[in-house]
Amino acid sequence: MAGFFKSSVGRKVAMALSAFFLMFFLIIHLAVNITSLFSADLFNELSHFMGTNPLVQFALQPVLIFGVVFHFVMGFILELQNKKANGVSYARNNGSANSSWMSRNMIYSGLVILAFIVLHFIDFWFPELNVKYIQGDMSGMHNGEYRYFHELVEKFHNPLRVGAYVISFVLLGLHLAHGFTSAFQSMGSTAGRQKTMQQIGKAYSILIPLGFIIIAVYHHLNPHH
Amino acid sequence: MNLTLKIWRQKDSSSKGQMVDYKVTEISEHMSFLEMMDVLNEQLVVKGEEPVAFDHDCREGICGMCSMYINGEAHGPDRGITTCQLHMRMFNDGDTITIEPFRAAAFPVIKDLVVDRSAFDRIQHAGGYISVNTSGNTQDANAIPISKHAADEAMDAATCIGCGACVATCKNSSAMLFVGAKVSQYALLPQGQVEAADRVKNMVAQMDLEGFGNCTNTGACEVECPKGISLDNIARMNRELLKASI
Amino acid sequence: MALDSKVPEGPIQDKWTDYKNKINLVNPANKRHIDVIVVGTGLAGGSAAATLAELGYNVKAFAYQDSPRRAHSIAAQGGINAAKNYQGDGDSTYRLFYDTVKGGDYRSREANVYRLAEVSANIIDQCVAQGVPFARDYGGLLDNRSFGGVLVSRTFYAKGQTGQQLLLGAYSAMNRQIARGKIEMFNRHEMLDVVIIDGKARGIIARNLITGEIERHSAHAVVVGTGGYGNVYFLSTNAMGSNVTAAWKIHKKGAYFANPCYTQIHPTCIPRSGDYQSKLTLMSESLRNDGRIWVPAKLEDAQAIREGKKKPTDLSEEERDYYLERRYPAFGNLVPRDVASRAAKERCDAGFGVNATGEAVYLDFADAINRYGTEQAKIHNISNPSKEKIYELGKAIVEAKYGNLFQMYEKIVDQNPYETPMMIYPAVHYTMGGVWVDYNLMTTVPGLYCIGEANFSDHGANRLGASALMQGLADGYFVLPYTIGDYLADDIRTGKIPTDNKEFDEAEKSVQERIDFFVNNKGSKSVDYFHKKLGKIMWDKCGMSRNETGLKEAIKEISELRAEFWKEVSVPGGANEYNEELAKAGRVADFLELGELFAKDALVREESAGGHFREEYQTPEGEAKRRKEFQFVSAWEYKGEPKDAILHKEALEYENIEVKERSYK
Repeated sequence: MAGFFKSSVGRKVAMALSAFFLMFFLIIHLAVNITSLFSADLFNELSHFMGTNPLVQFALQPVLIFGVVFHFVMGFILELQNKKANGVSYARNNGSANSSWMSRNMIYSGLVILAFIVLHFIDFWFPELNVKYIQGDMSGMHNGEYRYFHELVEKFHNPLRVGAYVISFVLLGLHLAHGFTSAFQSMGSTAGRQKTMQQIGKAYSILIPLGFIIIAVYHHLNPHH
Repeated sequence: MNLTLKIWRQKDSSSKGQMVDYKVTEISEHMSFLEMMDVLNEQLVVKGEEPVAFDHDCREGICGMCSMYINGEAHGPDRGITTCQLHMRMFNDGDTITIEPFRAAAFPVIKDLVVDRSAFDRIQHAGGYISVNTSGNTQDANAIPISKHAADEAMDAATCIGCGACVATCKNSSAMLFVGAKVSQYALLPQGQVEAADRVKNMVAQMDLEGFGNCTNTGACEVECPKGISLDNIARMNRELLKASI
Repeated sequence: MALDSKVPEGPIQDKWTDYKNKINLVNPANKRHIDVIVVGTGLAGGSAAATLAELGYNVKAFAYQDSPRRAHSIAAQGGINAAKNYQGDGDSTYRLFYDTVKGGDYRSREANVYRLAEVSANIIDQCVAQGVPFARDYGGLLDNRSFGGVLVSRTFYAKGQTGQQLLLGAYSAMNRQIARGKIEMFNRHEMLDVVIIDGKARGIIARNLITGEIERHSAHAVVVGTGGYGNVYFLSTNAMGSNVTAAWKIHKKGAYFANPCYTQIHPTCIPRSGDYQSKLTLMSESLRNDGRIWVPAKLEDAQAIREGKKKPTDLSEEERDYYLERRYPAFGNLVPRDVASRAAKERCDAGFGVNATGEAVYLDFADAINRYGTEQAKIHNISNPSKEKIYELGKAIVEAKYGNLFQMYEKIVDQNPYETPMMIYPAVHYTMGGVWVDYNLMTTVPGLYCIGEANFSDHGANRLGASALMQGLADGYFVLPYTIGDYLADDIRTGKIPTDNKEFDEAEKSVQERIDFFVNNKGSKSVDYFHKKLGKIMWDKCGMSRNETGLKEAIKEISELRAEFWKEVSVPGGANEYNEELAKAGRVADFLELGELFAKDALVREESAGGHFREEYQTPEGEAKRRKEFQFVSAWEYKGEPKDAILHKEALEYENIEVKERSYK
């Protein structure tokens, strides 16, 4: 089995496995965030649970971090290998004749997503870590009430940030548009090539990023709750 | 019609190559692309210049020898054909046509448009066969019925002509469609299933060793494949390798 | 030297078995010390190389293409015959044998053909075991189709790509041996001479087509399986690189060349469209199972069609002449190839041709679409189906059977053959003639073997459809590996054959001199110029019908053209590099010699038989007229110029088949 993951096919499978995990995570993340549109309390409750539950924090979170890092690192390794396998490049190449833009530019959509994640960590995750584990404040309270919703709204005050988020989510959508069905193929399933699954993939890759975009834009337009 | 050709010229594998412009005139729309190249070469030979080297043999789309990258596509703009089956009616008078060799690190250029595709042979050596000796007394051909569906699917995979268009067109220079097709043909037939696990492991290992890239499922290979080999074959190979490794 | 065919004694059905029981074998431990060179890796060469290596010999295999998988056997479309009688329609070894001898117009060697029919069933077993995906029916058993010149369904097929699948099967068997190190494969290498030491074939001189390096390779026996010489006509269904060079070189070193004039002109090819044409494309004979061949019945209609004033679909049934069905009611559109080709030529010569060049007839699927459509409507319980529904259902069936061929036709001709009839015309396809071999497939040079299309043995004056694949694989898998052992049994103590001797020196020197001549000759004309001219002479005067005057002219014209070639040929580039013009020059030089011998052979054969039709010898109905006094194989011995070649005759005796007028009426 160790040999398997050293092979090109095995690495594809590993990419696909991490992708499935990340796609599942996106659903959870969106499900939590979407509550912020209609109930600040519910959002706060859920955020506090996610931020303080030991199982989430010390089991799922490291797995998630590993998944993210693995997906990126492996993606770059494969891209470098592929570049090397290319040799001399064509003087004229008409890629759009036989493949989608999304499929040919996973590395670029991936890089934008990486940049976004850095920004996102600076915005939310690092401050969280600071408050909880360096300052040791596990209460999740600020001025007598949960701080999560308030922080969220505040972050989306800056139109530049909202703009960056929106662009990143569009690219996430493009990444998913190819990645969703591609992952099935890599796992050895032809399901990704069947119509139903392609439609599900399309819906997923539109709805998930759109959900995040709506959240960001909504809070930007409704700064005072 | 009159055409401008931009063609990759390279003396041998160790030389540096470059694109060179040529003009051809009075090309008939009924000519095949290679017949247009013949016209150019005849022109060059009469002038005492070296003709453009290109691989070709059967000129009916089955030997898999011809291998040009025309206007940015393997085997040119038409579908379901090889370069020798591409006809000039696909082009217009006054067009500029860019002609390059199939590119991949695993397919080094030998001369001009001729590339070395022996990596494909070496992958086949690694397992592209069923281990049965010629004896004349293997069991009767009808002893094991094979469902029509499986036989047809195996045939569809087996129609691969080994031209390398999949590799040439793949942005990653991946050979998985080629290898997937061979793995599939045998995996679908009872005769091939006996050594299926070793076959897929050995062939994939050799493919990696040859320096082909990794598949990212763009699907370009399937579109450009002159024989329409399906991406399902790559999925099947992935499945077979998973099965063999667990 | 008297010709000895070495056909074993005994009843025909026991000859091969008894013979195999008695010939010498080489012990497995000794096979390791014996080297065999196989030149050509198509069905015959590839299957031979694989089997010899399995047996334990050290094999060196040579191909001019970049991989054995590209040999032109790959282009065979229709199928492979075998006397399996899976359809229960009365087939048997004897019937396949009988059909093949009759189809060959009683000009093949009985014992060889019987053996071919005998091992045919083994081929199918072997190929299925190798993973060849033959077509199957819904019960999972192998399907068969019917081919020209026979009354049973014995043809196994893999869509329209049977040759490809069989070649890939042989290639896979080779791959297994290459991986084991038992076959050393030399791709992009061309054999340029055979080396004879003490009267035995002991090696070859080959040129590396990438580097231009001249190499010496020694072995205890040399097997040549390099295919036919149809490219002597320039335009043929052969691959561009197909050539006679290996066969011609061994002929010049002592192997007799037999029946060069027996050439098969295949009736269903896509017609020529212009002077720039580089090759002709075959449409599988299987199309004649369902397609009906016709020309307009009236000359004025033919003319109107040629001028584009009428379309074929405008003509009513009465205005069409289904000339094969009219002339040959018993076999109809499924007459043998030579008969179908000549009939097409006869109609076109009479002015009924249907394309701009006047050289095309129709192959029409409208009836088949209608017939299948009606049948499908019944199967699907559609009562009173509309015309459109019938067309749609019928088209689907025709598409399933011939889809890839129809697509190929449309790509080339730019017409949709579902809607308008295909146009076809005969083209050079296969050469029955070739290097003379005995029952062991050995040439007149000891230790030098010739197999597949390159030899002359099994098809007589005309080959039946789906028999070439059968012969190639029979020779390579099941015949040569046995018979060669009988010869090699004497070589177990010989040891490695050295290459540093005067025989190799001389052979290499003559090869080198010829190459040096080509690259240094400052001529004014390209190799193709000469090849095209030769092709035109051959087609006009040694084509589908021949006569004394024309053949004499051909001999003169070819010899003049050859003289001009050696003066005026221009080969750009150097000797020590990849140089396709140089490779082509060598091949055309050999064609220019073969072409003359071809015409000479046709001139000497004062009869009509199979593909060889002499206008002077025909029945009142215009059919081929055989003559008893020509019931022999013409085997030519090389003596310098083709005009000096000496004719040796191998008498053909028919003990198991009554020689009759061949009738397909």
